[in-house]
Amino acid sequence: MSDPGENVEAAVRPGVAPGGLHTAETPVPAPATGKPRGQFADVWAELRRKPMFWISAFLILVFLVMAAFPSLFTSIDPDQGSLRDNLQGPSKDAWFGRDIQGRDIYARTIYGAQASIVVSVIATLGTVLIGGFIGVVSGYIGGWVDGLLSRIADVFFGLPFLLGALLILFTFNPPGSAPSKLKVEALVAVSLMVLSWPVSMRIMRSAVLSVKEADYIVAARALGASPFRIVLRHVIPNCLASMLVYSTILIGSFIGAEATLSYLGVGLKSPAMSWGIMINEAQQFLRDVPGWLFFPAAFLVTAVLAFVMLGESIREALDPKLR
Amino acid sequence: MAENILEVDNVVKHYPVTQGVLFKKTIGQVKAVDGVSFALRAGETLGIVGESGCGKSTLSRVLMNLERPTSGLVRYRGRDISTLRGRGLKRMRRQIQLVMQDPYTSLNPRMTVGDLIGEPFEIHTEVAPKGSRRRKVQELLELVGLNPEHLNRYPHQFSGGQRQRIGIARALALKPEIVVCDEPVSALDVSIQAQVMNLLEKLQNELGLAYIFIAHDLSVVRHLSDRVGVMYLGKLVELGTDEEIYERPTHPYTQALLSAVPVPDPTVREHKQIIRLTGDVPSPANPPSGCRFRTRCWKAQDLCAEQEPLLTTRARTDHPSACHYAEIREIVATHEG
Repeated sequence: MSDPGENVEAAVRPGVAPGGLHTAETPVPAPATGKPRGQFADVWAELRRKPMFWISAFLILVFLVMAAFPSLFTSIDPDQGSLRDNLQGPSKDAWFGRDIQGRDIYARTIYGAQASIVVSVIATLGTVLIGGFIGVVSGYIGGWVDGLLSRIADVFFGLPFLLGALLILFTFNPPGSAPSKLKVEALVAVSLMVLSWPVSMRIMRSAVLSVKEADYIVAARALGASPFRIVLRHVIPNCLASMLVYSTILIGSFIGAEATLSYLGVGLKSPAMSWGIMINEAQQFLRDVPGWLFFPAAFLVTAVLAFVMLGESIREALDPKLR
Repeated sequence: MAENILEVDNVVKHYPVTQGVLFKKTIGQVKAVDGVSFALRAGETLGIVGESGCGKSTLSRVLMNLERPTSGLVRYRGRDISTLRGRGLKRMRRQIQLVMQDPYTSLNPRMTVGDLIGEPFEIHTEVAPKGSRRRKVQELLELVGLNPEHLNRYPHQFSGGQRQRIGIARALALKPEIVVCDEPVSALDVSIQAQVMNLLEKLQNELGLAYIFIAHDLSVVRHLSDRVGVMYLGKLVELGTDEEIYERPTHPYTQALLSAVPVPDPTVREHKQIIRLTGDVPSPANPPSGCRFRTRCWKAQDLCAEQEPLLTTRARTDHPSACHYAEIREIVATHEG
């Protein structure tokens, strides 16, 4: 990156001929061949240089593969166990130990990734997209549209999270019924979305409101840009940062929320596996087999950390001032 | 004399003052611009001066059709711009462009210089075919005295003066006829101000632009303008050529403004009269009756409170002045050179 101070000097120096402002040339960030790059090319070039991005991307890739093909990571059947071996500590056969029913904790942790990752990622994507979209519409259009959408958001915001989720899941996934695992995952994700979009809507709306009156928006309008173009090129890029940070945190809290719902008996049910279910089950046996709680928790923390790091490095790459 | 390309006819812009959250009640009007008329000729520079809050920037927004006037007309080449829609509006936008005051906020921080200056071409695709856009952007950068190789840089990598050049390049991209400059140099250092003004002057000569140059700095306006209008509290109080306003001001407000300009020559300075105005500018939500300047004017009579002075040429003046008692008074003003 070249030093901006250099430019200031060049500009202040009196009598510099037009075109001579670059006499104090410093290495330009990219080879200044004059080839224009798009915003995305710039972001990608910046991302590529960040070790944090590569580490988090690698971890996320591992977790995604784990969710899609758990059998690649273990050949042990997570549902098989012998009560004879229950509550064993880590050993050569069972790396992370065995749970109350003698099942292999390593295998269950691997297989548990799917529910946790799928639910949290889908719910986060949905929340951010729905909330972000409504927030942009509400903030940019304003007036009665904003009033209406904000009041609707307030209604959802007023629902206590657990009560709302219990209500939704109890209606569509009552105890005793045995819907497929996929359907339950979808239901949990949808109920998380329905109950948490108002937060991301408010974040986006306030960001849009602060950007909407900016001079460069007025300049774009003066150029004759369509509202669609203004929102896409000027408003959203300048509002993304807070949303990205929020969504990475959201992934972590959704993994926890999924566990809570499973624990209450309205989410995934045993024998289905998720990190949340395992952590809940393991609480009572913390002193006997600490690994039962520790390993799924470690996976969960690593996954959340990977998403947070990814979000952070993307946010930094998106902001030209941090390059 | 060149033809009039922009005619401003009794433009009024009032902003309602509302109370209440759900059921808004209008409790008053802020009269930001209240009956301004003038005409802009092709290729000339019309300076608009006035202190902050007198409605200069609102006027510029109405001229740009960014705000709809409450009443009155802005006509570009005979067509009322506030009734334009769709295509017609887009065509009008090509002809009237804006240079904004603050170069630090008027450029999208997340776009490269190439994207910023290229945006007008992307919006008005008919101006330049896709293949030639990059070259055009580079030509524009060169035109405003920036390195055409800096296409991929971001605004924060430039100084204030350079950013203002980027803003000017963006305004010139579509080859407009009129450029509205809303205090284009007031956010810059004095040394850079001169550079940017010289650039604007050079561009006017090369491209035959007409400027509406809004500023609060009298010497800046004089340097560039052919004609000058003085605004006070939403109204034009005096309108005339550069020389008429600066050498023979007739409105008391203009005289007071000019007397406040510092004089560099110490021997002249001793003979200079300074007219000190008392009080503050009245609120535009509740302006005084009759002449708006009467509350601060040393010449005010009963007539001033009753009757609003029109902007016309009077017996003792040679140019339009909105004062019942307009007359020339010796003022030592900034003399160029």
